[in-house]
Amino acid sequence: MIEVRDLYKDWKEFALKDINLAIERGEYFVILGPTGAGKTLLLETIAGFYIPDRGEVWIEGDDVTILPPERRRVGFIYQDYSLFPHLNVEQNIKFGLKLKKSSTPDTNRKSVKEIMDWLSISHLANRYPATLSGGEQQKVAIARAVAIEPSILLLDEPLSALDLRTKDYLREELKRVKEEFGITMVHVTHDQTEALVLADRIAVMMKGRIMQVGTPHEIFNKPLNEELADFVGIENVLRGVVRNNVKGIAEIEVDTGGTIFAVSEYPAEAVKVLIRPEDIILSESRGVSSARNVMIGRITELQDIGPLTRVKMDIGRSELVALITKQSRESLRLRKGDEVCATFKATSVHVVR
Amino acid sequence: MRVQEARMGLKEKLKREKLFILSLFLGFFLVVFVAITLGNLFYKQAEDFSGLIAAATDPVVLKSIGISISMALVSTLIAFFFGVPLAYFLARKDFIGKSIIEGIVDVPLMIPHVVAGIALYGVFMRYGMIGAPLRKLGIVITDAYPGIVIAMLFMSLPYLVDTAREGFKKVDPRLENVARSLGASHWRTFREITFPLAFPSILSGAILSWGRAISEFSAVLILAYHPISAPILIYEKFTSFGLAASRPISVLLISICLVIFIMLRVLQRRSK
Repeated sequence: MIEVRDLYKDWKEFALKDINLAIERGEYFVILGPTGAGKTLLLETIAGFYIPDRGEVWIEGDDVTILPPERRRVGFIYQDYSLFPHLNVEQNIKFGLKLKKSSTPDTNRKSVKEIMDWLSISHLANRYPATLSGGEQQKVAIARAVAIEPSILLLDEPLSALDLRTKDYLREELKRVKEEFGITMVHVTHDQTEALVLADRIAVMMKGRIMQVGTPHEIFNKPLNEELADFVGIENVLRGVVRNNVKGIAEIEVDTGGTIFAVSEYPAEAVKVLIRPEDIILSESRGVSSARNVMIGRITELQDIGPLTRVKMDIGRSELVALITKQSRESLRLRKGDEVCATFKATSVHVVR
Repeated sequence: MRVQEARMGLKEKLKREKLFILSLFLGFFLVVFVAITLGNLFYKQAEDFSGLIAAATDPVVLKSIGISISMALVSTLIAFFFGVPLAYFLARKDFIGKSIIEGIVDVPLMIPHVVAGIALYGVFMRYGMIGAPLRKLGIVITDAYPGIVIAMLFMSLPYLVDTAREGFKKVDPRLENVARSLGASHWRTFREITFPLAFPSILSGAILSWGRAISEFSAVLILAYHPISAPILIYEKFTSFGLAASRPISVLLISICLVIFIMLRVLQRRSK
């Protein structure tokens, strides 16, 4: 359990402003944000490398704000692994054990050998960090951190320097670490996929502030404002006014003309309508669809991105972006200048003020 | 690779390596400059081998070389004891007036050694600011071993502090953070992580500092002419008896120092 209360910290070009967080025991908590948002500074302040200018940090019910890092039982993993270059793998992993006072009889403690076996790095025991691949180094860093049996593991962009395959593999290893050792994980990243796959809950951080905390579904589908929507990739933003709201279905008159239905509690007022590009279905004609929202647009741009195609449409006074599969692009025979029907469900529309 | 190289004509090879060849050509002048000077010294001495033997068996000469080397070692140890903490602090902390402190440390690099000697004499002579109270305690600095050490220390400390500071700067602070998070205190982190990683640089600085201390002449001359150290003995022989009398001692000093420094460099490379 970690609690951060009203925390402020200025450090070089970074700043933390009014940070409040409550991270539950055993939770996989991801702090997501663009580069320069102050994520690392926050993590390092929780670890005790910095003392906050204002505010408090509590760990497992104790105020640790001014406690030195070595007395917090908090493991820390950096993006560049930070293995001790003059020690071999085994010495690296044993570093924390040598120092830990083993006055408490830990019968359940895993031995260094068991941890190394468990992460399949036993064969590297006598190697030096400089001779290891990135993935191997990060596994050693994980082993070294869990060897001291921390209650909390802080991870600063732990996968960002790795190639795609190693990244996928280590992502699973991190989940395994959490399950096996029951450690509270706080993971900082700018990678949305990583956040989506790993997180129980996500905090979005921008310019030194926590902007939103929620489940991955809430963060990616129900952002609190336009800036957050833009950050999580909701490209379609339309402006409108709620004209009517019957049983939680809002009828919104948008400034591009026409009406959009959305599942929302907002009464009559000016709002912004957010729609994820992948929630938009394209068809040649209106046809029969269960979706309540239909818009006609003219294609201005087609862009292939991997197995998907990004379709930009002019819907008059605004544009709409849809993400469709290559297959549906081909079956619809879409070309620039074509007129298409864009439909989306009322449940796919997110309304913010 | 080799096959490709063989296919290239000499002309093409030269063309590709143009800048390297120019660099070597210009740099060569410096190497020749040093090599000719020292080579000539050794060559001339080889003609007078008996003179060299006489110097090598002269107790006065041996004592002076012993004084130079051992007092320089003491000076380096003192510079190490005070300089390593200073270097660590300067590498890790930013504060107002930091560049003033760094400037003060580097002053000995810039001022003429005679000036340094005079300044030191003013402070450490028997009526000086520090010399007077020390004399009351029965400690004499001028014309004594402490005088040699103090003159050497003053002139050589920037080499150790500057090199060690750069060494500490190269140690990633995140390694220290991780060590702390693993339960190591600040002191243990320094002992087991920071210091060992900065050690090659510190050793390098210590070697430079020691070498500089052995070769110090002017400041030692003013502060402690006696007990006579090697550079002063060499100067004395030169002014009284000429080149032939001073040369064998010079050759002896250079040879001994060369052997020691090569050994230290080998040791240093191993520790890396």
